[in-house]
Amino acid sequence: MSTLTTAAYLVSSVLFILSLRGLSHPSTARRGNFLGILGMTIAIVTTLSNPGVLSYKEIGIAFLIGGLIGTSIAVKIQMTALPQLVAAFHSLVGLAAVFVAASAYYNPSAFNIGTVGSIPMGSLIEMSIGTAIGAVTFTGSIIAFGKLQGFVSGNPLVFKGQHFINLLLGLGIIALIVKFCIDQNQELFWLIVFASFVIGVLLIVPIGGADMPVIVSMLNSYSGWAAAGIGFTLSNNLLIITGALVGSSGAILSYIMCKGMNRSFLNVLLGGFGGEQAASAGGVKDDRQAKQGNAADAAFMMKNSKTIIIVPGYGMAVAQAQHALREMGDLLKAAGAEVRYAIHPVAGRMPGHMNVLLAEANVPYDEVLELDEINRDFSETDVAFVIGANDVTNPAAKTDKTSAIYGMPILDVENAGQLFFVKRGMASGYAGVQNELFFRDNTLMLFGDAKKVCEDIIKGLEN
Amino acid sequence: MSEISNQLESLSYKAQQIANEASQLASSVAETSGGHSDFIIFGITVLVLACFVGYYVVWSVTPALHSPLMGVTNAISSVIIVGALLAAGPVDSNISKYFGLVAVTLAAVNIFGGFVVTNRMLSMFKKKQ
Repeated sequence: MSTLTTAAYLVSSVLFILSLRGLSHPSTARRGNFLGILGMTIAIVTTLSNPGVLSYKEIGIAFLIGGLIGTSIAVKIQMTALPQLVAAFHSLVGLAAVFVAASAYYNPSAFNIGTVGSIPMGSLIEMSIGTAIGAVTFTGSIIAFGKLQGFVSGNPLVFKGQHFINLLLGLGIIALIVKFCIDQNQELFWLIVFASFVIGVLLIVPIGGADMPVIVSMLNSYSGWAAAGIGFTLSNNLLIITGALVGSSGAILSYIMCKGMNRSFLNVLLGGFGGEQAASAGGVKDDRQAKQGNAADAAFMMKNSKTIIIVPGYGMAVAQAQHALREMGDLLKAAGAEVRYAIHPVAGRMPGHMNVLLAEANVPYDEVLELDEINRDFSETDVAFVIGANDVTNPAAKTDKTSAIYGMPILDVENAGQLFFVKRGMASGYAGVQNELFFRDNTLMLFGDAKKVCEDIIKGLEN
Repeated sequence: MSEISNQLESLSYKAQQIANEASQLASSVAETSGGHSDFIIFGITVLVLACFVGYYVVWSVTPALHSPLMGVTNAISSVIIVGALLAAGPVDSNISKYFGLVAVTLAAVNIFGGFVVTNRMLSMFKKKQ
């Protein structure tokens, strides 16, 4: 690699770092994204100027096809479907890593790593590890995509000996890699790919739909490590640096999500949490009657309050209620109330999902607050309006040591003067735990589709 | 605003310093011996240092922008296209080249998709008027 090429790749790496750095505040974020695009452009142009790269026509066509597909998907996608889109994109990075590694295996001279059949040991190790991570990322992301999109049941699929099979497969892959590094056999290469595909599926199927924020972040991390692995094969620092950035980003996001649920990463990975199983286990019959209200009551009560905090959850996203919710908030503000939004770290199906949905509905970002910023204010708040969320408000997380959600940080909506829960029915949340707030005197349940309920309240406020 | 740009500058300065140190280390390694196997230890050095940079940069990302963060990281992880272009580069057609072209297409989907969707997300974040 010439000095100029190396320098250009370094500039790209720095631009990528600055691009992530820009996301520290919404006011600098768009510039950050632009720096990322600039970094990528420099990386691509630099690579194209490599003397070994000659087939511009074919590359141009491939690039154009991919670019058109990517752009048209990104322009059309609904913001509620972001998590599955990101999962799908991760799968492509994984698959691309497998293809690059396969290509390096069949034509090592293009990468300056020896000739067919006599690739140096170091390159073989890097290549096979990059391939394995890429392949796991590919199938794992596809299953995550299927669960988020609803193609595959969101319930955890658990069977006996599952973890044992995973362990065997994992050891098998390591054995295959060792053998491949000695023999350089092509069947072994594809066996590694195949076994990694299988383990990618097996790792994700036991994990329930609501744990997907952790999984999507984890796969984000994997896609970075796959890129770093290929970077070693190519002796390319840009790929290693970028891979490490993406890898640590995904790992940190997974950590934040796990902390938001007070669960260990291993506990999430082992799966089996939530879904039907948990609902039946935790579904103790409850004869108490929750107080049910209608939209007109809610409108009247909120119109006369000074401070309101809205707590949105995944149910709001499913019902596409964000626009109606914002309109309701505007009317309440016009009536003289202070309206703010409180976001739990694991609300929605990917980190920061609620913030994007509220931003889409034109809610200013300075009215949307994180758990730490707003939790103390509930005690001085007249109304807490919980829409499509449940577990993240459940005080059992603080009081009931036997509860599945014990220790999870919650939004203290119970301290507000008046509580509203917008829900479809009385069913318990993902964790399968009953929420005793539903039976409090100052709680009013508003049953129905989140969007419909908001629209009815808007009508009530306009009268 | 100026504070942030100052921070950016100091960060880029630090990153360059790290890179300089790393390249010095690499050249000292290269002097003692030669060939590809030396890249591994150099590469690991870069990897570890980049993980530290990533750690500090990502913790400074505001939680409200975690979805755009995933969009951007998704797009930049497609820098793997560098490998794909090298694979697709040779003139003579063989299996290796076709693998490269497929990888170029996949990475391009991600690059464009990732940056465009992130831009869409970020353009929606507005301050109170």
